[in-house]
Amino acid sequence: MSLVNFTSREITCKIVYYGPGRSGKTTNLQYVYDRVPESRRGRMVSLATQTDRTLFFDFLPLELGSISGFATKFQLYTVPGQSYYNATRKLVLQGADGVVFVADSQARRFDDNLESLQNLQDNLLAQGVDIRQLPVVFQYNKQDLPRDLILTHEEMDDALNFRAVQSYGGDALHGTGVFETLRGISELVLKRLAAGAVAG
Amino acid sequence: MTVTLNPLYRFDTFVVGSANRLAVTAAKAVAESPGTVYNPLFIYARPGLGKTHLLMGVGHAARAIDPNLHVEYLTLDEFVEAFHAALAAGQGEAYRKRFLDVDLLLVDDVQFLTHRREMQAELLRLTDALQTTNRQIVLTSDRPPAEIEALDERLIRRFAGGLIIDVAAPDYETRVAILRRKAEERRASFADGVLEAIGGLPIDNVRELLGALNRMVAHQAVSERPLNPEQARMLIGGTARPGDRASAEGDTANGGVQDPSHARPVRSELPRPSVQRSAGPTVPPSNPPTADEFSDFLSEIHATVAQQVDAWRAQIGAAVMRWEGEGYRTARLQKLLEQDAVPDVMRELDDFERDIQRLRDMETQTAELAADLVGAPAFRDPADLAAAESLLARAREGAVPPAAPSPLWRLADWTEGPSAKVALEASRTVVQEPGARYNPLVIVGGTGAGKTHLLHALGNAMAERCGVPVACLSAPEYSGELIAAIDRDAVGIWRSRYRRVSAFLLDDVHLIADTDRTQDELFLLYNVLLESGRQMIFTSAVPLAELQGLEPRLRTRLEAGLVVELPAPDREVREAVARRELGSKGAEPDAALVEFFAARPAESVRVVLAQVHRVLNAAEARQSPPGVALAREVLDGIPPAPAPEPPAAQSRRPGAHRLSGIVAPTAGGARSREKMVWDWPDVADRVIEDWR
Repeated sequence: MSLVNFTSREITCKIVYYGPGRSGKTTNLQYVYDRVPESRRGRMVSLATQTDRTLFFDFLPLELGSISGFATKFQLYTVPGQSYYNATRKLVLQGADGVVFVADSQARRFDDNLESLQNLQDNLLAQGVDIRQLPVVFQYNKQDLPRDLILTHEEMDDALNFRAVQSYGGDALHGTGVFETLRGISELVLKRLAAGAVAG
Repeated sequence: MTVTLNPLYRFDTFVVGSANRLAVTAAKAVAESPGTVYNPLFIYARPGLGKTHLLMGVGHAARAIDPNLHVEYLTLDEFVEAFHAALAAGQGEAYRKRFLDVDLLLVDDVQFLTHRREMQAELLRLTDALQTTNRQIVLTSDRPPAEIEALDERLIRRFAGGLIIDVAAPDYETRVAILRRKAEERRASFADGVLEAIGGLPIDNVRELLGALNRMVAHQAVSERPLNPEQARMLIGGTARPGDRASAEGDTANGGVQDPSHARPVRSELPRPSVQRSAGPTVPPSNPPTADEFSDFLSEIHATVAQQVDAWRAQIGAAVMRWEGEGYRTARLQKLLEQDAVPDVMRELDDFERDIQRLRDMETQTAELAADLVGAPAFRDPADLAAAESLLARAREGAVPPAAPSPLWRLADWTEGPSAKVALEASRTVVQEPGARYNPLVIVGGTGAGKTHLLHALGNAMAERCGVPVACLSAPEYSGELIAAIDRDAVGIWRSRYRRVSAFLLDDVHLIADTDRTQDELFLLYNVLLESGRQMIFTSAVPLAELQGLEPRLRTRLEAGLVVELPAPDREVREAVARRELGSKGAEPDAALVEFFAARPAESVRVVLAQVHRVLNAAEARQSPPGVALAREVLDGIPPAPAPEPPAAQSRRPGAHRLSGIVAPTAGGARSREKMVWDWPDVADRVIEDWR
């Protein structure tokens, strides 16, 4: 998709929250949704299973208003974490301007995190996108859980962040790190403008 | 603008004596630790005592210690010239800033600050600024600050706040040491006692001393025997003037040392960019969310978007800052910033840069033609290339080469006699090694001695050897060109013509006496040509020591080369000239007539020529061959004898008597040949200047 449209003077950023099931992707969006004034947000579309797992995807449009004469819109998506929804994940990933990988900090979810990360890489590659060229940040969610249940931020970095991208500790349920993560990925995405890579 | 440091002007080539020891010590201290000991250091001395040498020595030594040190040397004239050029180009501020980056500023000849209040204010400002940042300034003058007429009191105080020190005339020992060192550099050896004899002469100017040495080298080169002390004294004694030695000793009052405790100000560091959770390892868990996280987020995104979306404006803004910083007008780019539509930024910037490059190319070409036009506003506006092209065209128009030597005069035609041997030998050396041995060469001789012939002949020889353009013109022509250039407001173009020459030959330099502006220009040109090793030759009908109305700085520079005399033609020259001219008609010249002319004293070759041609014309009119009798009749008014006389009677004719060996007729009164003007083109126009 076109990130900056000089003709219509619009900026649209598509940010996808990716990660294993139950890592807290929808919680992130829900927290953002709750903090955004009504005038700035669209309707959050969330298709969930009966057990509140995301069935299809979450979609949260944010209208950030006119910035430098450009109508600036953010579109936040989540993907279904469960592995059997891979087709949906691929669909959502299409045209993504940036990805937030929400990892579950619980030690027992270590393999799920790795598997999801690998899946992200595969899906991007299937679309001809090199993950190294795409703005990506990590959020290690559930850092509020007891220490003996989770891996620390450093340990999570060691396990997942081998490309040394930005990473944030988080407690999406209570909002810790949610906006920092969103700000981080937004800035990375917007800075791609400088390179003119997506100017249209 | 800035002259590079002369590689020969170093401390190790400076002969230190009691008269300059203090100044050298201070200069070395400053070079070793610029900005911390004596700041400013003000050195004054009469012309020719080594101020410039010492000043450049500071620059060399400081640079040897710290090669990264930014050292600038310039004369006050250049300082003024560049400032005016900068003001004309609207770059006054850039000019000031340029000097603020200099770690060691060396300014020569500040005595010319006299009555230049604007430049005094600039220098004051600059001195303050340099002192504030503990950057060093060293100045030289031919007089102490207090004696520089109409010098701002504040500047005097600033100079006094550092160290004011003089260089006195060298004492005997120093003079001998200088002579020995320079003789060694020239690989010239002299008999024992020669250099001591010259050192004993009252020459208190180093340039004159070097001129004397050059003269001895030149004489010794054409002599079979080396000079002995007495001959050397006789040879040089004529040029040595009683020294007007200034009471230099003890004039080092007011010296002071700036408080060295002033440390360089610590350069303030830019604030580090706020640390983001940038690429990198770990980020600790965030703080608990604030109340209005979305507003905070929005605010930051707003800034980021504004920054990124307006990237093209930022790009153009950066280009505007860059080019303005380099002194170019950027109205064209600024106009882009005002429009809403996004331009093709890369193309616009490329076009702009291409036009700047075009301006630079034109400015470079112009610099070669007219250095003063460098920095002209037309070369700073990419929106108006036509103006720059017009200026370049104007420079090209004015870039016609200066007057060349007359091709009629060749060195081969020069009639050589023993009395002109030194001058000719020096001249040949100059042709062989232009700019290397005797620079400048000054030829002194009376009217008609052949100076102009020799000058043009040398010009032609050098043009063949070192290439054109060789400038060869008379001082009045040079002065007249300057006046015309001033009138046309094209001094820069005119000046550049001469700065491009491969050699500069000026006839009758004595005629620029009392012409201040011409002397200023000649002084500047001299420095430029000497610096670049290009030969200069001057002729003068007046010995330099007797020349009134010539600025000391110019006179000492002329004396710093080799001054040779072109005496009245001796017998050999007269004989050769007569033989050549009499033989020019095709017939074998009458030996008696040749001898007649050879024996006949004449103050110049021109007189010999005139006499020979008078006799030839008379012979032609009478349709008889030229002979001694006819010559006597024509030249001395002695009628031919009616009949052969006895040999005894031939030796003396009644009614005629000799005056100082010159036969003069009694009829019409005694006439002296020296008092008569013979060389008018027509007999009818001959004017008898005086009657005895």
